[in-house]
Amino acid sequence: MQDARFQKRLILVNGLVPLALLGTDAWRHQLGANPHEFATRATGILTLLFLVLSLAVTPARKAFGQPWLAKFRRMLGLFGFFYGFLHLLTYVWFTKQFQVGAITADVARRPFITVGMASFLILVPLAATSTNAMIKRLGGRRWVRLHRLAYLAAAGGAVHFYMLVKADTRLPLAFAAVLAVLLAYRVLNRAFPRITERTPVRAGGVRR
Amino acid sequence: MLIKKPDEIPSSEITDHPHFLSRRLFVRSATLAATAAGTAWLYRQFAPASTSSQKGVAIEGIQAGAGPAVPALAEARTSFQDITHYNNFYEFSTDKYGVAPRAKNFITRPWTVEVGGLAHRPRTFDIDDLRRIAPPEERVYRHRCVEGWSMVIPWIGFPLAKLLDQVQPMGSARYVAFETLADPKQMPNIRTKVLDWPYVEGLRLDEARHPLTILALGLYGQTLLPQNGAPLRLVVPWKYGFKGIKSIIKIHLLEAQPPTTWNLAGPTEYGFYSNVNPNVDHPRWSQATEQRIGESSPRPTLMFNGYADQVAGLYGGMDLRANF
Repeated sequence: MQDARFQKRLILVNGLVPLALLGTDAWRHQLGANPHEFATRATGILTLLFLVLSLAVTPARKAFGQPWLAKFRRMLGLFGFFYGFLHLLTYVWFTKQFQVGAITADVARRPFITVGMASFLILVPLAATSTNAMIKRLGGRRWVRLHRLAYLAAAGGAVHFYMLVKADTRLPLAFAAVLAVLLAYRVLNRAFPRITERTPVRAGGVRR
Repeated sequence: MLIKKPDEIPSSEITDHPHFLSRRLFVRSATLAATAAGTAWLYRQFAPASTSSQKGVAIEGIQAGAGPAVPALAEARTSFQDITHYNNFYEFSTDKYGVAPRAKNFITRPWTVEVGGLAHRPRTFDIDDLRRIAPPEERVYRHRCVEGWSMVIPWIGFPLAKLLDQVQPMGSARYVAFETLADPKQMPNIRTKVLDWPYVEGLRLDEARHPLTILALGLYGQTLLPQNGAPLRLVVPWKYGFKGIKSIIKIHLLEAQPPTTWNLAGPTEYGFYSNVNPNVDHPRWSQATEQRIGESSPRPTLMFNGYADQVAGLYGGMDLRANF
């Protein structure tokens, strides 16, 4: 039990490190010439990173037979939502100065913003149903089905990223490629569970 | 002398329970600290704190911008640090913060510029020849990037028209084409094929001859740093920044409109003219406002970047939506 709490804390601290550095860099005017753009870009990339990491947990757990990895999944997903929220906030605040009319016009007219906003909105119910109580209330199967939307949100995020770059599409394509691999694993795993999974190694009791 | 070894640890030395627990606390704290340091290191690989300071060589005999043809600009100048560390120069990097470190050792001397095409006296100039064409002038211009950010830059340069006069364009010449050096040995990002190298740009001859159009050799009184297009770049203040081609090696006079790199990369997004125009959006984002570097909130973008009085006449009767 205590171990689980420690593992959670480990993710919590590490997930906050980028934000802390971003914050101190901003405080010390070290974000470069265009701090707004930098903050938007950094939080956007962190969103995709944490979503991909959370989606990588189950495939990694199964493929390498490491059941303990499952403990990291919720926290990683919540960090994806958290950075997604900050990313949206930088846009609403720095780019649009909280002008609701300008934001809705953007959502309607700029496809990359539409896709980004939709992806964020998908994450909202996922974050809201992330507690144990909500899993119980929804029932495991329905909860799992709902949370498959995480793939859609992450893919939407990668598309959103791809649509906004001027010419250098390498980073968004890299995210898309990793997502494709993870999704392919899921499909293969369902078809051939035996060859795609390694049974967990049980090392004589729980350590520590 | 005999050294006595204690054969048994006295009970007073045995770690008591609270201390035993604190050992576990220590191990966990160490794990936390180590992973956090690792994460911080990883983050720093992507977001280095900027600290470099580079300088050009002072340019002698700079004159104030020439007379009534050039509007004075009261807006605050962007800092030298920002002008030299936030650059789009895709031959070096597509990361605007990454150009300065990667361009640091770019060799700009010796350097020659071949000026020819439809000219009566085509000629290759070295950088010292170019310096002698006209006295260096300071021109404080707005610089508006197509991405939506802007700066105010005190360029040092001379009118492109003065160079064109030297080679005497033929009557049939209607366009000017420019080309950037493409040296994969010095420009690490060329191998990525993100754009079609060499970078090429073009102007209509009357745009090229306009008194606001300059070839810049420096900024803030010093020679250009590589990230800003050393040793010689084009500055056309009423057009989006990418029209200001950098590190020029070739200037040719032509009868037909030349191809331009960003137009080839995205024909529906980047036109040949690319005049700054708040009323014509980029297909993917608005051009109505801009983030002035160093300011806290966006400001409205001005027609022709605020140079409408000087240049609107060049486009009389043209549909600027079609000729974006």
